[in-house]
Amino acid sequence: MHKIQSALKNYVVELKKFKIRLAIATGFMLAALVILIVRFGWLQIHQYAYYRTLAENNRVSVVPIAPNRGLILDRNGVVLAKNLPGYSLEITPSKIKSLKKVFSRLSRVVTVSPSDIRRFNKLRVESRRFESLPIRARLSEEEAARFAANQFAFPGVKIHARLYRYYPFANLYSHVIGYVGRINDANLNALEKAGELDDYRGSEHIGKTGVELSYEKVLHGTPGSDRIETDAGGHAVRDLGRTLPVPGDNVYLTIDSKLQQIANQAFGNYRGALVAIRPQTGAVLAMVSKPGFDPNLFVDGIDTINWQKLSDSPDHPLINRAIHSAYPPGSTFKPFVALAGLTLDPIVANQDVFDPGYYKLPGSSHIYHDWKRGGFGVVSLDRAITVSCDTFFYNLAYSLGIDPLAHYVEQFGFGHKTGIDMPGEGKGLIPTEAWKRKFYHKPWYPGETVISGIGQGYVLVTPLQLASAVATLANNGVIMRPHVVRSVQDPETGLIHLVHPVEEGRVNASQADLDRIRQDMITVTQPGGTAPGVGFNSPYLIAAKTGTAQVIGLKAGPDAGKRRDNAVFIAYAPADNPQIAVAVLVENGGEGGVTAGPIARKVMDYFILGKVPATPAPVLTGSTPGGNKSE
Amino acid sequence: MKKICRHLFGHMDGFLLLIITALLIIGLAILYSASDQNMERVMYQVINIIVALIVMWVFSLIPPQQLSRFALPIYVLGLILLLAVSIHGEVRLGARRWLNLGITSIQPSELMKIAVPMMLAWYLDKPEAELRLKDFAVASLFLVLPVILILKQPDLGTALIIFASGFFVLFLAGLSWRIMGGFMLAFTAMIPVIWRHMHDYQRQRILTLFHPAQYRLGAGYHIIQSTIAMGSGGFFGQGWLHGTQAKLDFLPERSTDFIFAVFSEEFGFAGILMLVLLFVLLIWRCLVISVNAPTLFTRLLAGSITLTFFTYAFINMAMVSGILPVVGIPLPLISYGGTSIVTLLLGFGILMSINIHRKLVQT
Repeated sequence: MHKIQSALKNYVVELKKFKIRLAIATGFMLAALVILIVRFGWLQIHQYAYYRTLAENNRVSVVPIAPNRGLILDRNGVVLAKNLPGYSLEITPSKIKSLKKVFSRLSRVVTVSPSDIRRFNKLRVESRRFESLPIRARLSEEEAARFAANQFAFPGVKIHARLYRYYPFANLYSHVIGYVGRINDANLNALEKAGELDDYRGSEHIGKTGVELSYEKVLHGTPGSDRIETDAGGHAVRDLGRTLPVPGDNVYLTIDSKLQQIANQAFGNYRGALVAIRPQTGAVLAMVSKPGFDPNLFVDGIDTINWQKLSDSPDHPLINRAIHSAYPPGSTFKPFVALAGLTLDPIVANQDVFDPGYYKLPGSSHIYHDWKRGGFGVVSLDRAITVSCDTFFYNLAYSLGIDPLAHYVEQFGFGHKTGIDMPGEGKGLIPTEAWKRKFYHKPWYPGETVISGIGQGYVLVTPLQLASAVATLANNGVIMRPHVVRSVQDPETGLIHLVHPVEEGRVNASQADLDRIRQDMITVTQPGGTAPGVGFNSPYLIAAKTGTAQVIGLKAGPDAGKRRDNAVFIAYAPADNPQIAVAVLVENGGEGGVTAGPIARKVMDYFILGKVPATPAPVLTGSTPGGNKSE
Repeated sequence: MKKICRHLFGHMDGFLLLIITALLIIGLAILYSASDQNMERVMYQVINIIVALIVMWVFSLIPPQQLSRFALPIYVLGLILLLAVSIHGEVRLGARRWLNLGITSIQPSELMKIAVPMMLAWYLDKPEAELRLKDFAVASLFLVLPVILILKQPDLGTALIIFASGFFVLFLAGLSWRIMGGFMLAFTAMIPVIWRHMHDYQRQRILTLFHPAQYRLGAGYHIIQSTIAMGSGGFFGQGWLHGTQAKLDFLPERSTDFIFAVFSEEFGFAGILMLVLLFVLLIWRCLVISVNAPTLFTRLLAGSITLTFFTYAFINMAMVSGILPVVGIPLPLISYGGTSIVTLLLGFGILMSINIHRKLVQT
C-alpha cells in the first residue's frame, strides 16, 4: 500500500514537474515567436519600401541608349561631321590578368598596332571611371567577323557596334568644328557639377573643341533607355519597355564649304589665319587657321606619339589662330586710328602733315622712321591711308593720346572678345596707361603712343577681331556679333530654327567720316595704293588696307629664317555694296599687299563672282618696298 | 467498410492530421513556385510525402510500450552506422554524411533524430526511484556521443537538432537549473576554443550575420538576397508565382533551406502570420498530447518531439530572416526533401500513437 502510494505520489510530483518544465519551454517558444514576428514585421512592413527597391534594382537593369549626335553641315547642307557605323573592340581591364598577353594574342586575330596600345594606355589613365575601353576602333568587316569567330578565346574583350564621329574634310575644319573625344575624368567631374551626368549615360564621347564643344548641348541629344529584366546571372529575361533616345539637333554653319576650301588652299604652305564675315549679319563665311590637323585622330583618343607630334610642333597646329592668337595689326590699324582722329580731334586729323621720312617727338631726339625712306612730303589723312604713311599716324596718335585712342578703337571690338559662338576666343590687347602700370609697374612713355598709331608696340588683335572691325566699317559702323552657326535643325521634324544675328551697337563715327575712310580704303587697291595687285582686273571695287607687322620677340637661331614680318590684309567688297569682309594674316608672310592680299582676293572672287581660281593668281607688285617697319 | 476504416485509421489524430496536411499542401504550392513550376519536382515531393504518411501511419499503430523496447537497439544500431560513416562514408559536397548500402545511400544521422530522444526518454523512465545526477550524467553521455560523431562529418545543422532533441528530454525530465547554468557558463567560456575549431565557412557564416554587406558576393549573398525577398514581400506579398527574387535566381537554395524566403516574398506578412498560426496550432496540439501522455517515457518523447519541431521552424525562419547564421536546417513540412519529411512525420506518428494509447493505459 505504502509502496503504491509512494509510486502514485511520485507520479503526481513527476507530472507536476513535467508540466512546469513544459510551461517554461512554452514560454521560451512564445518569446522566440515574438522575436520572429517582430523581425518579419520590421522587414516586411517598416522596411518594405527599401527592400522593394532593392528587389526592383535586382530585377530590372536599365540599359541606357546613347542618342545619335547631330550632324554638322555647312550653309549649303554639305555634311562636315557625321556618324558612321562601325565596330570597336573593347577591353574590360578588370577582367583581364595580363593585358600584354591579350594584346599579343589579339594581334593574331585583328591588327593591333603599337599606337593602338599607346592610345589604350593613355585612355586608361584618363578614363578610370569607365569599365571598358576601346583597343581598336573602326574594325573592318573582315576583322569584326574574324574576332567574332574567336570571341570565346578572349574573355573580357567584346566587340561593339556603334556610331563614330567622322570628319570627312579632315584638316579643313579642324579648328572651326573641332572634334569630339572620349569622355574623360575631367569631363565627368564637370558634368557631375552641372548635374548633366544623366544625359551622358551610355555616351562615350563629348565635344572637346570648336563648334563640337560650343554646341555640345544642342548636338548631344537625350539618351533613351531599355528596361530589361535580368536574372541573377545577368542574363536578359525579357524587355520591359524602352524609351527612345532623342537625337541631337543638326547644326548648320554659316560657313561656305567651297569658300573655306579656296581660302585654305590659298595659304599654300604659309602659317596664318583668315576670317571672312558677311558684314550685315556677322555670319562667318570662312575661317581658316593654318596649319590644321586631322580631327579624326582625336575621336577615340589620340596616341601619345601623334599627340606629341601635334603639341610640340613649332607650327602649333592645335591653336586656332583665327580666334585665339593675337598679332600686331600693323598698318591695318590705320583706318581705325584715322576714324578716331576724325571723331575725337577733327582739327588735327584734317591737318596735312609734312613727312620727311621720319617722325620726332617734340623735345626728343629719337627718330621714328617712315617705311618709305625720304618720306611722302605733305600728306593728308586720305593720302596717308592710300600710301600707308606712318609719319601721319605717328603724329595723329600722339595728338590723341593713348587712352582716348584706345577707348575709341575698342568700340570696333579690339581688346575684348567679340562673343563668337566658339570656345577659346582670345582678347588681343589694346594698351592704356592704366594697363601698363598694372602689368609692368611702369609709366607710359609717349613714344609708345606713337607706335601704337601704326598698330605696333603693345597693340595685339586677333584675325577675328580684325575681320569683325572691317565688317563693321563695311556695315556703316553697325557692329554685328560674329557667329559660325546659321541654324539648328531638329532631325526628327526637320524644323529649322535660325540663329538670329545680334547687333552689338554702332560705333561712334559720323556717316561722312565713315564714307571718307571707306573711300580712302578703295584707293588702296587702285594704282598708287599699297595693294594695286589686289584690285587689278577686278570687276568689283575692293576697299582694303594692307599691313606688314613687325614680329617682335622672335629668337635668333635656327628659326632666323622665320623672322620675316607678318603680312596682314583687311578688305571688304564690293565696296559700294559690301557682301564680304575679310581679314588675312600670314605669319612671316612679309608684305601684306603681296602675300595676304591675293589670298583675300581669291576668297572675294569666289564669293562674289563664283570664280574658282584655277592657277595661282598673278602676283603684281605695286609700289611696295620691303625691309621696313610697316607699309 | 466504415468499421474497417475506423480500425485502420481511427487511431490517427484528426486535428493533427488536418494541420499537417494543410502545411504539406502549402509546401507543395510554394515548391511549385520555387522550382519554376517544375511539376516533376512537385510530384517527386508528393511521393516523398506519401511514403512519409505511410511511415506515420505505421508508427501511429505501434504502442508506446512496444516502442520503448526498441529504443536501445535502434540507438545502438544508429551509433554503429554513424561510426561506419565516419570510416567508410561517402563524401558529398565536402561532408561525410552518407552510407552506401549498395542499393541506396542513407544518412544515419537522420535515424538519430528519433533514436536519441527515444533512447534518453527510455533511459530516464525509471518508475522505481527519483532521477539522480548520475542518471542525467549517463543520459548526457548517450546524447553527446552521436552529436560529436555528426559534428565531425561535419553537419552542424543536424548535430544541433539532435543535441536539442536530447537536451529537451533532459530538460523536461527535470535537469537541475544549476547544472544547466553551469554548462551555459562553461559553453560561454569555451566559445574561443570552439571558434578556433570551426571551419572557415562556418566562421564566415557567423561573421556575415553582423556585416552582410562585407560579404556581399560571398557568404553574405544568401542573407542579403533572402532578406530582400522577405522585405519586398510587404504585407500582402507579390502573389503566388510572382516573386521576382525567386523566379530570377537571386535566391539560392530556394526549394530547400530558403523556401521560407520564397513564401515570404509571395505571400507577405499576412501569409507568414497564417503559416505561423498553423505551426502554433500544431505545436499546441502536440503539447496537449505531451501533457496527457501516460508514462514518463511517452511524456519525455512527446515533449522532445514537439520542442524539436519548434526548434526546426524557429531556426529556419530566423536564419532566412537574417537573425541567425546560415545552418542547413529546412523549414519543417514545407521544404523540399524526402528524409526530413519522413523523420518529421515519423515523429508525429509516435505522438499520435501516444495520444491514442493514453486511454488504453489509463483504463
